[in-house]
Parts: sequence; structure tokens; C-alpha cells
Amino acid sequence: MDSIIETKNLTKRYGDFSAVDDVSFEVQKGEIFAFLGPNGAGKTTTIKMLTTLLKPTHGQVFLNGHNVVENPDETRKSFGIVFQDPSLDNELTAYENMQFHAVLYGVPKAVYQKRIIDLLTLVELYDRRDSFVKNFSGGMKRRLEIARGLLHHPKILFLDEPTIGLDPQTRNHIWTYIHNLNKEEQVTIFFTTHHMDEVERIAQRVAIIDHGKIIIMGTIKEIIEKAGTNTLESAFIKLTGSNIREEEGNPRLNRMRINQRLMR
Amino acid sequence: MTAIYILWLRQLKRFIRTRSRIIGALGQPIIFLLAIGFGLNPIYQQAGGGNYIQFLAPGIIVMTVLFTSIFTGMEIIWDKQFGFLKETFVAPVPRWQILLGKVLGGASVAMIQGTLVFLITLIAGFRPIHWTSLPLAFIFLFLVAMLASAMGAAIAARLDDMQAFPLIFNFLVQPLFFLSGAIFPLKNLPWFLDILTKINPFSYGVDGLRYALSGVATFSPFLSAGVLGAVFLVMIGFGVYQFSKVQM
Repeated sequence: MDSIIETKNLTKRYGDFSAVDDVSFEVQKGEIFAFLGPNGAGKTTTIKMLTTLLKPTHGQVFLNGHNVVENPDETRKSFGIVFQDPSLDNELTAYENMQFHAVLYGVPKAVYQKRIIDLLTLVELYDRRDSFVKNFSGGMKRRLEIARGLLHHPKILFLDEPTIGLDPQTRNHIWTYIHNLNKEEQVTIFFTTHHMDEVERIAQRVAIIDHGKIIIMGTIKEIIEKAGTNTLESAFIKLTGSNIREEEGNPRLNRMRINQRLMR
Repeated sequence: MTAIYILWLRQLKRFIRTRSRIIGALGQPIIFLLAIGFGLNPIYQQAGGGNYIQFLAPGIIVMTVLFTSIFTGMEIIWDKQFGFLKETFVAPVPRWQILLGKVLGGASVAMIQGTLVFLITLIAGFRPIHWTSLPLAFIFLFLVAMLASAMGAAIAARLDDMQAFPLIFNFLVQPLFFLSGAIFPLKNLPWFLDILTKINPFSYGVDGLRYALSGVATFSPFLSAGVLGAVFLVMIGFGVYQFSKVQM
């Protein structure tokens, strides 16, 4: 099998603080890869570097064979992403947000018209397709973001805590859809979550990152064995400690994050 | 190219849906027209300048287009705060196309607003010399709108919040307007004002529009169009560079 995501000594520093510190890993084509860690461990920063939004301080990233830093335009054709933070246009309707995305990603009209209906039905927003997003609740916005992320079928799909704030029914629907996408179109899935049941349900391989460093990587079984625990959840807590984390790092980014949360 | 279209369409939809903004943006030009236009008209006529409204109207239209364009450029900061810019920036669309779509959208919005103010100046008594020169007037207005939108976008690209907006407005946009010959003729000026107005690209926008609408001009219309076009290209280049440096 070939690797479709590859990082070598990936590092991001803000002053003295290393948000991501010398991270190297590979994800195989068609794999479902869970990227876990406590808050502020460096998950989102890593994803931002993988998706051309942030330049690494040093180290290399290859996505679908493209060097992400040197060739961002080609890289962007290979992936889709559901962000952790909101990224919808509140002044547009649900349908318009979907359509905007489809056109930007060059999905043919005949394909996107059908797919938008299917996806809005999946996340139970079809009845609200012509409502402005600013009138949506947090959960509805989240569902719309996920539907939008699934609209074009990329080679790699990044999901950064996609199911945050969703009820079990919706989470179930969404993971089933994602699993099918992976099986039928061999879309590589790279996701983060705090729900260990989601990891156990679909992930083939797991990496746990803490303080910017990957502390363990392997199948769920391997991780549980190495940690000497019964479940993934207890393995996670044993490996990363039981202290509650403050999100620290770049104060500028944190302020923006807080702003975005408030505006959600 | 469809990416440019959808970005343009988004700007237009957002504009049409915020009626309060459309009406709000008419306030300032109306005050200028009333207070400065009618207020200074008697003195201007006594000095032998002719009808001041006739002189001022093109300047007020350029002001509207300039302010609206800059503001639309600044909407990029909003997009950043609401996270929408991320969505646009990870799409497989080259940054220059994203910039061009936004600039075209901002310019179109400004053109609509400028046209509304043009209609208001007609009510105030302004009369273009030839209705046939309107297409030329729109060409100059479009050049001003594109230049100002590109400038707004290029500046906004590296800002994180709107806190810097008053600074930019008071120390860049306002001077660009007041030192453009919009409210006074560009002749017999003190030397420093002469230099400042001549290096201000929007002087050429005001002058070009005045040429098209009133038939009087300080510069050759070809020079005016040339300056606007050239500075626009420089600004787009700068904008693309700024966009390529954005980190999120």
C-alpha cells in the first residue's frame, strides 16, 4: 500500500512554544486514521499544516504526492475538510452555502444538485434549505458544515472534531455515511474526536498526540495492549494523564477562536 | 472561472440583502451634497467658478464608490473572523482568482451604490453635459471601484480584526478622498497640496469622471485611465502577494 499523507519532522513554533514538535507519520491510501489528543495537544495545528492554511516552522508534509508548502494549489485539489471552528456564511441560506462550496470545488451542476439534496436530507436540514444560516442553532450549523464537507468526494477527507455538539442519532448517521464513502470511493479519512466510541467504531489506526508530540501510534488493539488497560478511553487517559488542559499557544489564534465561539 | 463568478455572486447577494447598509451609505453623500454643495455654492459662484453642484457631483460619486469599495474589501476581515475565509482558502482555487472574485464583487456593489448617488445628484440639480458620455463615465467609475476594492482587499488580507479599520479610514481613505480634487479644483494650489493631489491615483478618477460628465478636466482622460489601470494592476499584484502570505 502507498502512503497518501506523509509528514517528516513536522514542527510549528510560536516563539518558545512548540504547538507541534517534530511529528512524523504516514497514513495509507484508503485508511481511516484517528488523530487523538487532549485539548491544545496540537491536533488542529497539525491539520492546518496538512491543509495548506499554516506554514510549518520546519519539516515536510506530502499529501497525495504533493509537497504541501511548495505546491499548495495542487494539494488543495486532493482533500476536503470539516473544520473544528465554524466556517459558514451566515448571510447565505443553507443551500447557497452548499452551492458555493460545490462551485468552488468544480463539482458539475447535475452532480451537486442531487448530492446537495441527499446530504441535506442526511443531516435533516432539507426542509430548512432556504433558511439563512444566521437563524440556525449551533447543532444545525454543525450538521450543515459536515454536509458541506462531504459534498465533493476528495481523495482525503479531514474531519476536525466533526461531531462536536451533535446528538447520538445524527452522529450515527454521519459516521455511517463517512464509512460508506471510505468503502465505496476509497476516500482516506483523517479525523479527530473526543468520542472514543467513534474511534472504536471506524478507525483502523490511531495516533495520540500530546504537548505537540506523538506519544503512541498503532491499531486500537495495540494501543490498549501497550497501555495495559481494558478500553481505549482508559488507555487514552493513562497515556495523556488525567489533568484537565488549558488551551494555550498562540494568544492571537486563541483570541480568534474565542471570538468565533462567541459568534457561533 | 466559475469560482470568480460564485465569489462575485456571493458579494452581490450579501449586499442586496442588507438594505440598512445600502441606505446608510447614502447618508454621507447626501450630507456632502447638501452642506458642502449648496453651502459653498454662493461663494464658488462669486469667485467665478460657476455652479458648484456641477463641479462637486462627480467628486461625491467617486467618494461613494471609493468608500463602498474599501469597505467591501474590508469584509475579508469579517470572513476571517467568521471562519469563512478558511473555507475559501482551502478550496482548489488559485488565490489570484479568489482575490479577483472578491474585487469584482466589491467593485460591482460600489458601482450600484455610486449609481444611486448619481441619481441623487440629478435630483439636486446636477446635469451631465451629454447623456451619450455616460458609458465613459461608467468606465471611469469602474476603474475607481476596481482600484479601491483591490486596495481594501490587499490591506484587509493581513489584518485580524476591525480595530485597525478607523486608522485606515482616517489616515488613508479620507486623505485619498479629500486630496483628490473632489471638492476643490486642482489649480493654484500650494506646492505640497499640488504634489499630494498629483500622486493620488484617485485624483485621476475624479478628473476622468468629471471629464465624462461635465466636459472639464485637468488631466488628459487617457492619462487618467492609464494611471487608474496601472495602479490597479500594481494593487492586484500586491493583493495576490498578501493573500499568499495569509496564515490561519
